[in-house]
Amino acid sequence: MTTPPTHSGRRLGRTTTRRAAEAVVRAIIYLCGWMAIIILAAIAVFLMWNSFRAVNEAGLFTMLSGTAWYPTSSPGKFGMLPLIVGSLFVTGVALAVCVPVGVAAAVFISEFSGRLVKEVMKSIIEFMAAVPSVVYGLIGVAVLIPFVKDAFSLTSGMTAVTGGIVLGIMSIPTVISISEDALHAVPEELRQGSAALGNTRWQTTFKVTLPAASSGIFAAVMLGLGRAIGETMAVLMLTGNAAVMPASVFESVRTMTGTIAAEMGEVVQGGLHYSVLFAVGLVLFTITFGINLVADLVLERQRKRWRR
Amino acid sequence: MNLKKFVAPGLAVLLLMSTVAFAGCAAEEPAAETPVETPAEEPAAELEGTIDVQGSDTMLNIGTAWSEAFMDENPMVEVSIQGGGSGTGIAALLNGTVDFAHSSRDIKDEELAAGEEKGMDIVEHKVAIDGIAVIVNPANGVEALTMEQLGAIYRGEVTNWKDVGGVDKPIVLLSRDSSSGTYEFFKEAVVGDDAEYAAAAKLLPSTQAIVDEVVANDAGIGYIGLGYLTEDVKVVAIDGVKASVPAAADGSYPISRYLYMYSDGEPAGIMAAYLEWILGAEGQQLVVDEGFVPLP
Repeated sequence: MTTPPTHSGRRLGRTTTRRAAEAVVRAIIYLCGWMAIIILAAIAVFLMWNSFRAVNEAGLFTMLSGTAWYPTSSPGKFGMLPLIVGSLFVTGVALAVCVPVGVAAAVFISEFSGRLVKEVMKSIIEFMAAVPSVVYGLIGVAVLIPFVKDAFSLTSGMTAVTGGIVLGIMSIPTVISISEDALHAVPEELRQGSAALGNTRWQTTFKVTLPAASSGIFAAVMLGLGRAIGETMAVLMLTGNAAVMPASVFESVRTMTGTIAAEMGEVVQGGLHYSVLFAVGLVLFTITFGINLVADLVLERQRKRWRR
Repeated sequence: MNLKKFVAPGLAVLLLMSTVAFAGCAAEEPAAETPVETPAEEPAAELEGTIDVQGSDTMLNIGTAWSEAFMDENPMVEVSIQGGGSGTGIAALLNGTVDFAHSSRDIKDEELAAGEEKGMDIVEHKVAIDGIAVIVNPANGVEALTMEQLGAIYRGEVTNWKDVGGVDKPIVLLSRDSSSGTYEFFKEAVVGDDAEYAAAAKLLPSTQAIVDEVVANDAGIGYIGLGYLTEDVKVVAIDGVKASVPAAADGSYPISRYLYMYSDGEPAGIMAAYLEWILGAEGQQLVVDEGFVPLP
């Protein structure tokens, strides 16, 4: 898009030092590019290394299928299943909140709003993404816990649904931004073609644009899911953290992230409990890594589809 | 030592979720900054040496608070605090690897005997009192519970208030998280060593969260350190005694205990100075700050 440089002065001024400097800068940028991959690999190795003792002594299958989480009893019981199920319950509720709202908002922003509304909405959504999770947690404690208790006439408002609603709200910006990108990437010709066939804007949106952007929207949902499952502070404050196998989303749940955050501070370094928390982290890492990988593959497919 | 203790979990948490790590750093900074302004003028600055302390995890936080404040006042002194449990600490004292053992229980006779065999003279120092109040919503009609009833409630055997003299309402069980020393003590004193907390117990990340939920929920029951009691909640009498600082101090309240430090022989030099400082105004103020009961 930018116009090519008109002067040849830049080229003439290229001295040896400048070339050396360029080489250094290039090396640094190159390294920074690789850094993300190195850090990711290091995290994976670090988690595996530290969970080695847990897998060895507590047993991977025993941990993954156990339903009793009493890490400080002697001997400790390290059944992770309630934590995994707890995380999934909370995330499920979050998806139920963020997908309809997020996709609908993206459709409005991309297809129906004027330029001014679009710009304002986008900045507000970016601001939403910047609010720290502990602030959402505080609001949840003050407003949502009593509300959920009364609305569903429960004994306590600290439930999976409470945490899920807040996580859903926190994931909305992710879902909107990426869905909006996906809708935006749908070529204008498709819409024009649809309109030329006599379709209204609604018909065009639902029968042409949305299906065309479906893989991008799917990726948005996956990334929102990844955001929700990895969130810690808000769920720690809102879900009650009881390590039960929940029968419904109206019960208290303990999530993987909340468990790690709550227990890591006091464990004996290098002890079994310490190692088990790393194993929980490894399970969480594997899940989020998988989710992000799927989302990326789907996004890539969509990009290829509309590439000329 | 202390730095290492903080950095390692900090790093791990940072890798997993930066949010919490940032909160942790933010909380750490002011504590480290404020005392820096006071030291130097203290005449005790000539104190020099190392004190190694190990033991009770309940006392890990108060021990760390004591050591950090003491080291700020005496820059030449290094106090290292390790957890691992009361038994571990006493074993380390008997092995001669530490100077003080933190213990949240009395020393056992066999441990004393083992010390005598090695020609040691184990001396007990009471340094603070740990007491736990059981709280309910002010609207709750239950005024008193026995230890048995309380244990049954927390083991999940009694799940409705009507079974302990209240209205027909399911009990909402609130507990501290398992990383808390209060969780451990309450388990030992109330739930029972061989039993487990009911799985349905909500494990809340802070004492304040328990207070908030009890205030908001008329079916809730929770336990908090005596130091955290407020007017907004109702204290339930246990075995006929209402939790209070005097009742915890004279031992009549059942869910209370002394916190001890044990040493080999009467402490001398910097060890004596450290112990004296802990028993003094500043040390006992930290006891209050950490949610324990100061010595009477």
